[in-house]
Amino acid sequence: MMTAETQLQDLKQLPLVVRDLTVAYHRKPVVWDIDLSIPEGKLVSIVGPNGAGKSTLLKACLDLIPRSSGEVLIYGEPYTKARKRVGYVPQRESVDWDFPVSALDVVAMGTYGKLGWFRRVDKRSKALAMQALDRVGLADYAHRQISQLSGGQQQRTFLARALVQDADIYFMDEPFAAVDAATERAIVELLKELQSRGKTCFVVHHDLATVPQYFDWTILLNMRVVANGPTSEVFTQGNLRKTYGGKLSLFTEAAEKIAKAR
Amino acid sequence: MEIADALEVLFLRNYNTRLVVSCTMLLGCACGLMGGFLLLRKRSLMGDTLSHATLPGVCIAFMVGVMLGGQGKSLPMLMFGATGTGVLGCATVLFIRNRSRIKDDAAMGIVLSVFFGAGVALLTMATKMPAGAAAGLESFIYGKTASMVLSDFWLLTTVTVCVLVLSLLLFKEFRLLCFDESYAASQGWPVKRLDVLLLGLVTAVTVAGLQSVGLILIIAFLITPAAAARFWTDRLDQMLFLSALIGGVSGWLGASVSALIPNMPAGALIVLVAASGFLFSMLFGVERGVCVRAYRQWNLKRSVGRQHLLRALYEILEADDVSEDQIRIRSVPFRQVRGRRTWTDAQLRRYLASSYAEGLIEQVGKEDVIVLTEVGLEAAAKVTRNHRLWEMYLIEYADVATSRVDRDADAVEHVLGEDMVTLLESKLQSTRPVGASAVPVSPHPIHPGD
Repeated sequence: MMTAETQLQDLKQLPLVVRDLTVAYHRKPVVWDIDLSIPEGKLVSIVGPNGAGKSTLLKACLDLIPRSSGEVLIYGEPYTKARKRVGYVPQRESVDWDFPVSALDVVAMGTYGKLGWFRRVDKRSKALAMQALDRVGLADYAHRQISQLSGGQQQRTFLARALVQDADIYFMDEPFAAVDAATERAIVELLKELQSRGKTCFVVHHDLATVPQYFDWTILLNMRVVANGPTSEVFTQGNLRKTYGGKLSLFTEAAEKIAKAR
Repeated sequence: MEIADALEVLFLRNYNTRLVVSCTMLLGCACGLMGGFLLLRKRSLMGDTLSHATLPGVCIAFMVGVMLGGQGKSLPMLMFGATGTGVLGCATVLFIRNRSRIKDDAAMGIVLSVFFGAGVALLTMATKMPAGAAAGLESFIYGKTASMVLSDFWLLTTVTVCVLVLSLLLFKEFRLLCFDESYAASQGWPVKRLDVLLLGLVTAVTVAGLQSVGLILIIAFLITPAAAARFWTDRLDQMLFLSALIGGVSGWLGASVSALIPNMPAGALIVLVAASGFLFSMLFGVERGVCVRAYRQWNLKRSVGRQHLLRALYEILEADDVSEDQIRIRSVPFRQVRGRRTWTDAQLRRYLASSYAEGLIEQVGKEDVIVLTEVGLEAAAKVTRNHRLWEMYLIEYADVATSRVDRDADAVEHVLGEDMVTLLESKLQSTRPVGASAVPVSPHPIHPGD
């Protein structure tokens, strides 16, 4: 029989455990009853149709939006305690790229957490940021204002910012959206490199064709978890049909009824 | 008015105006700095709502003061009242936004006008109060550089200096908040509290500036210097410095001139000075000014025209000289070039003039022959090569029909950099190998003009 002690030990090995997670916007549930547990060192894709709650799941894991119920544990701890181990790559469209900062400035933002209140961005932070830019192949663009970067370069800037954090688990929201081939290759290489160092990456992904090639773990999501496991096992025609097919119409209808009733 | 008087005021030698002008100048710096953050946080309208919502507070504070038996017009009291309703106004906007489906702009519009309306009504009541001398109260609407007692000066200076110091201390945090709020939150920064603090500092400068600038115009004092500064630089620290500088200068000039001309409201002058700064920056700003952009556009157009000319010349020479590996003849009849593209004589002559200025063609006596220089021929070959590489790429990878490809290639090739060309070469290596410097054969027939 397993004692509470060993259970806790097990939890500390797992980068992400989600229990009974439900999130609602304007009283309309977006994700329902999510239960997940992911082993360490996986490249995890989160796949599902538009409006399936992929970004919502990510943001709920990062404590960015309030949860209606459930809990999220990162290495056995709630996010507030574990956030130093977490790197986040938001969607590229979420910021104003006309903002007066250079690529280096943006990447250096990854060091702010360690710097703490009031301290200026010092030489060490800048050196770290420069290294990260170099890793994504943008060292030559460090001092460009960010609107002068191409979409792919902007995406790589965001990745570099997460790299600077030197986290153990990364959450990436659609890093492959509308990027050029060179950037796609660079991101894939980076993911593999992170994996080889034992890091875990959660990637919201929209291109089904590349899922088996890039990711060894897959979560199929459509408001609830349709399947969760090694890509070779769960990425099947049947599961995809369940995720994308019309079978869920009743479910959606129920959700809308609840929203109206309240 | 004597020039000597003016100088005395401008350079703060006159004691009466020294306090007021230096105080307004300092306030301008703080406003410029906070305005920069406000602009980048896209909260300009919030600042406007805030300042309009201060009016009822000012009036209430005055009336309470009178009822308590005082004169009513104590500045700390009035500022306290202004802060109270100003914050209440902002809170109301947030409440409406969070509790209903009304959007931000509508919520702000409602709150702004309702609070201002209430303020105007209260103002009328205040002026009818028997004991008080409410005459100065309307200066809070339009602003006035009234003479100032020393304690007021110290109060305003303390507020402004506190704002300046705090915003510089929190520069990094505010930058992160304004650029990427959700990332900041994921790192554990208390974004809500930072946001409140930012708005709080804006409130502080707004309230401090009420008397001299007035609540209607203070928003311009906040936003205009920041917007002007953005035309000059792409770096936040420089932008904020410039913004503070423009704000300071506007405050200094506006307050001085207002002190010189009787009954001229300071707020209006300050805003006009700031607006001239904005207009000048918009036209002549070195990073994003209208002139710089027009110049860049014009330059691009000219270089595109030149490249078209060079390619036309090259293609004509190429057609005449198919047997040779290398083109030796460098002269082309003008008439033949003229028929190549739909360009007017005037356009073509402009391109020729600019090519001559760049040393690409030779000046010859005869009007009807164009002669390329050695350099020009090399450039022409390179331009043609880039064009064809791009065409081949389009046909191969973008599935563009051969007959259309010329036009599509035209639009892009002019912005191809050195690295793009290398990339193109490596991409095409497998399907349509081209030498390192040779000009490939055109993938489509070239229609001779004329």
